[in-house]
Amino acid sequence: MSDTPVLELRGLAKSFGAKHVLTGVDLSVRKGESLVIVGGSGTGKSVTIKCALGLMSPDSGEVLFDGKRVKSQKSIDGMRRRSGMLFQGGALFDSLTVWENVAFALMYRDGVGRKEARERAIASLSKVRLGKSVASLRPAELSGGMQKRVSLARAIIAQPELIFFDEPTTGLDPITADAVNDLIVEQVKALGAAAVTITHDMASVRKIADTVAMLHEGKIIWSGPVDQIDNSGNDFIDQFVHGRAEGPIQPAM
Amino acid sequence: MSSAEIPVVIRPFQMIGHSVLAAFREVGRITIFALRVLIACVTPVIYVREVLRQCLKIGFFSLPVVGLTAVFIGAALALNIYTGGSRFNAEQFVPNIVVLGITRELGPVLAGLMLAGRVSAGIAAEIGAMRVTEQIDALATLSTKPHRYLYAPRVLAGILTLPVLVLVADIIGVMGGYLVGVGALDFSGPSYLRNTWQFVTAGDIWSGVIKAAVFGMIIAMMGCYQGDRSKGGAGGVGRAATLAVVGAAVLILATNYVLTSIFVQVGL
Repeated sequence: MSDTPVLELRGLAKSFGAKHVLTGVDLSVRKGESLVIVGGSGTGKSVTIKCALGLMSPDSGEVLFDGKRVKSQKSIDGMRRRSGMLFQGGALFDSLTVWENVAFALMYRDGVGRKEARERAIASLSKVRLGKSVASLRPAELSGGMQKRVSLARAIIAQPELIFFDEPTTGLDPITADAVNDLIVEQVKALGAAAVTITHDMASVRKIADTVAMLHEGKIIWSGPVDQIDNSGNDFIDQFVHGRAEGPIQPAM
Repeated sequence: MSSAEIPVVIRPFQMIGHSVLAAFREVGRITIFALRVLIACVTPVIYVREVLRQCLKIGFFSLPVVGLTAVFIGAALALNIYTGGSRFNAEQFVPNIVVLGITRELGPVLAGLMLAGRVSAGIAAEIGAMRVTEQIDALATLSTKPHRYLYAPRVLAGILTLPVLVLVADIIGVMGGYLVGVGALDFSGPSYLRNTWQFVTAGDIWSGVIKAAVFGMIIAMMGCYQGDRSKGGAGGVGRAATLAVVGAAVLILATNYVLTSIFVQVGL
């Protein structure tokens, strides 16, 4: 592991009107490390990674990618070129075929020809155990699990150094979810990339995390290696890990 | 300051102020959005494949709607002009007024309104669904600008195809008038067409075509704008489609008046 974190967030704050979603998030993730951010619904997990990727601009605080501050549109573009993102619902473009989705960045950003792009898309699909036969289908013709896999293939095709996963197992049955977790671990290892995942699925946390950080009321209230989550001595993380309604965290209802 | 602290007498003024500010904010937003899209329309990179796909979707598949509208309007126009003309023995001007009405006014305006329904709503719903399913965010993470990849091709397709659709509507509209004129009003076919052809000027056609290009831009732009701003699930997408249709229709009618008065000024 190199010393400079691939991604570092410093004092990130974001409010929507009177609602203070993030009040000072500090995080960092190194090359080859898989960080999982956990937290209840509505605690700002999605807002955190949207700020990190420049999809939202934080009110204060800074984002550093590879040690350099990401602020201007140019630096955001530069960061996006070297990172990938798996969206919660897959966010595949429904007007395009599966292979056009996977090869989108190659064709529209890097100017790769359609023939070569298709071959590389099929290679990327095979990494997530999808055959050539799905390449010409539309996303709507695929099951939820397959859509997630296509989305993963799209996120890894340009060999990113940093990958974000937004609730990768939400909406999947436990078996498919486990398969998706396996693929995530395998592909992140193969790329040697840094990974940032947000989830509230503990099975997923145990499978893919090296480090776990817990977000509560706009701040990271605990972070540590995954093997310490069962004896963290922190009431918040205890309540979350065991999924109890009673404890310091009020259920979001 | 919360609204409870404001005296009751002031509240109506506060509401007026709020809505005026909101209206200006909206106009500002639309203007900035439109400028960004128009710049993307004329500077590289232009996604030609997308433009062609949208031309097919917006233009070609709208032909039946536009054709049907034009034939019935042409026919009704011929009947009305005949009735009105007969009051001062001017029935023979039916072909002339039909072609003038269709090319300068009814062709572009009605094609524009029909397409505001068909195309604006379709674009707003499509872009809105892409927005709420995070496809637009996904586009951004793949370093592709929605303005270039999604909006500019649609607006370009609107500007390019609507004039063609209006030319088709002109021809079919005149034919609608011809069918009624020859079938029901005892005009002779050849003389109806000869009158039409001798009367119509290039200026009549051009004014309709220029209007059509502007309306095409409005239709696609409103669809893109409302879709881009939609949020909050299926309800938000439906609202975006409604706002796009209403906005496009009102803008078309207002712009039509402005363009017509400019054409009259310059003698087109």
